[in-house]
Amino acid sequence: MSVSVGADGIISVRVGKVELGQGVLTALAQIAADALGADLAQVRMLPARTGAGPDEGFTAGSMSIARSGPPLRESCARVRAACTAEAARRWDVSPDQVTVRRGEFRHGTRTATYADLAPSPAPGPAPGPAPGPASGPASGLASGLASDVAPGLATETPPPGATTSDPGPPVFVGTSVPRLDLPDKVAGRPRFIHDLRLPDLLHGRVLRPPSPAARLTDLPPDPHVVRDGSFLGVLAESEPEADRALTHLRKSARWAESDTLPDEHDLHTYLRTSPHETLHVHTPATPSPQGDLHTATYSRPFVAHASIAPSAAAARWNPDGTLEVWSHTQGVHPLRTALSQILGHDRIEVRHVEGAGCYGHNAADDVALDAALLAREAHGRPVLVRWSRQDELTWAPFGSAMSADVAAVVDEAGMIRSWRYDVWSQGHTSRPGYAGAPGLLAGAHLERPWTYPPAADPPPQAGSGMARNAIPIYDFPHLQVTGHRLLNTPIRSSALRSLGAFMNVFAIESFMDELAEKAGTDPLTYRLAHLSDPRGQEVLRRATTAAGWGRPGLGLGFARYKGTGAYCAAVAEVEAEHDVRVRRLTIAVDVGQVVNPDGVRNQIEGGATQATSWTLKERVRFDRRRITSGDWETYPILRFTETPEITVDLVEHPGTPSVGAGEAAQGPVAAAIANALAATLGARVRDLPLTRDAIIQAIQ
Amino acid sequence: MTRLTVNGTLVESTSDPATPLLDVLRGELNLVGTRFGCGTGMCGACFVLLDGRVTPACDTPLSAAADRSVVTVEGLAPGDDLHPIQRAILEEQAGQCGYCLSGMMISAVALLAADPHPSEQAVAEALDGNLCRCGVHRRIVRAVLKAAE
Repeated sequence: MSVSVGADGIISVRVGKVELGQGVLTALAQIAADALGADLAQVRMLPARTGAGPDEGFTAGSMSIARSGPPLRESCARVRAACTAEAARRWDVSPDQVTVRRGEFRHGTRTATYADLAPSPAPGPAPGPAPGPASGPASGLASGLASDVAPGLATETPPPGATTSDPGPPVFVGTSVPRLDLPDKVAGRPRFIHDLRLPDLLHGRVLRPPSPAARLTDLPPDPHVVRDGSFLGVLAESEPEADRALTHLRKSARWAESDTLPDEHDLHTYLRTSPHETLHVHTPATPSPQGDLHTATYSRPFVAHASIAPSAAAARWNPDGTLEVWSHTQGVHPLRTALSQILGHDRIEVRHVEGAGCYGHNAADDVALDAALLAREAHGRPVLVRWSRQDELTWAPFGSAMSADVAAVVDEAGMIRSWRYDVWSQGHTSRPGYAGAPGLLAGAHLERPWTYPPAADPPPQAGSGMARNAIPIYDFPHLQVTGHRLLNTPIRSSALRSLGAFMNVFAIESFMDELAEKAGTDPLTYRLAHLSDPRGQEVLRRATTAAGWGRPGLGLGFARYKGTGAYCAAVAEVEAEHDVRVRRLTIAVDVGQVVNPDGVRNQIEGGATQATSWTLKERVRFDRRRITSGDWETYPILRFTETPEITVDLVEHPGTPSVGAGEAAQGPVAAAIANALAATLGARVRDLPLTRDAIIQAIQ
Repeated sequence: MTRLTVNGTLVESTSDPATPLLDVLRGELNLVGTRFGCGTGMCGACFVLLDGRVTPACDTPLSAAADRSVVTVEGLAPGDDLHPIQRAILEEQAGQCGYCLSGMMISAVALLAADPHPSEQAVAEALDGNLCRCGVHRRIVRAVLKAAE
């Protein structure tokens, strides 16, 4: 972590994590302010960049607060200790006689500020790995966008006689501090990467092939077109000119296409057709007990990120041979490495600039390569590239389709004695650097194309991929869980919010309801009878109590995210007159110690709303040749009149480690909706999405 | 040369009259608060008020705005002031990534002009042309109702 005190008393903090619309920099600023004993207003969070600050990999997997909170606290405490020691030296007292509150160091009547106590900033550029690109005003962003400040005290300096001063009780952690980035966004000020106005900027567009297997066969010579194999792009002085040039290019390019896509109506068969890699997630030590066997099969389709903004990036090749890239990537360092692999060039700096909401590995990294490739032909001028809506919905990686079989043996009372779960899926990560490959889309279209391995899965210690939440939280005496990762596919897949957990929790929690029904037991009672985890029990009780459990038509879904993260229980109330509509979601969540209560609520509400959209409406469409869901008509998402009322009950556990909230609601909400639908209509739909047609089919 | 009024100021645009109004606003006039989302008027990120009517700037040519009045998010309140809907969104923390907010505020302002005390259902219907992926819908509805108070 980089923490520096400016002469104006502003304390600049640069973490490796990035703002994705989730509010993480606000939460980390709260942690920093408390650890410094500073006022929140004097803490400035700087955007991540490769040339300064720590490499914290990706901002993903609901890990930012858990992973970055402790080291940030530590770095800030060191700066506090150094300033405390300086105050103690000046006042000739011992450091433990100095207190610091809201940025003011005090002993008796003597006071000093961070600005008074921090060493004067050394002249010259910011410290960081050299050689880096020029960081003068030319590389700054337009007014209103965050820029770098001069460094002062660096945390790498060990505090002399480091006595940890007492920062006092938390002032900001645990409170609903307003989002730091929202005022700019509400006022319409430049804040997003799309608003970047670098001096002498060119605008770029890329012509993507019309289908995944298409290859360019003919293109009339055109000096205005940038070409490298099947990678085609245009440069222009303005966005409308770039759009016109792209339209012209589209008309003149000729492609050879072939039918390589599976049958979108039979994803079960497709996903189960070899070759696979088998993953033994949980193996039982004893043979399966005997009893009544119940089975069911569930699935979800491919799902798109469908952010409201198409991905964008800027790049500039400088006369000194350095490449600067501005990107809304989830990881500036992994992107830098991937760009370096493809471009064969090492002197790259990647800076983070906010994009629209990010829910996983979208096209942010891909468009960064597009920008670098186009900027290479721009004679030192910067190039801003923005994807089209259609490219965003058809070329960004999808969350993989999944299919699962579950089989349970129950005793005479209907209690589960044995549980077997098999899940088939593509891999859930093709992020930059996965399996050693850069993974950036345009790399596969170049004259000397990269061949990428199939999407992989994160290892269990990183939360797994298709096996995320495949192990139920319940106490089953006999458990077998196996994953089958598809190794051969023409459809690009990668991390989408909660990865395999959405589908696995949907399947597990749907089946728990089916087994409860067979046992003639209330679904809540049935779950509690299989659950010994007290925090899980409490979350279930809180959600069901708040929802008035016992009324007809309610549905329940529950999980502990990744088995180690947030507990979340959701109760859904649906209506199914003309179309299915979720009227209300009542959710209880336990994220351990809460840093920002309203931030957690906002994440849970947002996750629940998005999960409702996935569950009721979403499905990537394709024929045997092309992805066909390229606009909001063919890929509809939930609208205002369709969104449920959502109540979030935070089950507080002060003192327990904080875990992330961003993905906890996805699976429980899907299951709650499916179970509410079954409770309301008597129809069990096991294949997502739960559309009107699917329900009618299930009833018949 | 196309004359139009943008946020109360008369401007003369030198862009081709067929240029999308959104590109004139963002490119020529440097008013970047109006966002590009889809280019086909289906998501609401680029909504502006054209003579008071909610209009997607992405598929409206500049020529259609000639001699008319355009209001963007930057023009909802004078100077650094905030419009009641902007204040209400901050109070309700009705945002995550914030990309869709400009267009939503435009829809909300048009609604409140026509119906100063809308029902919750009326708010949802007025915003149905605005897509949001982060899922702040209910907060936005609360903010619009608050702004109407």
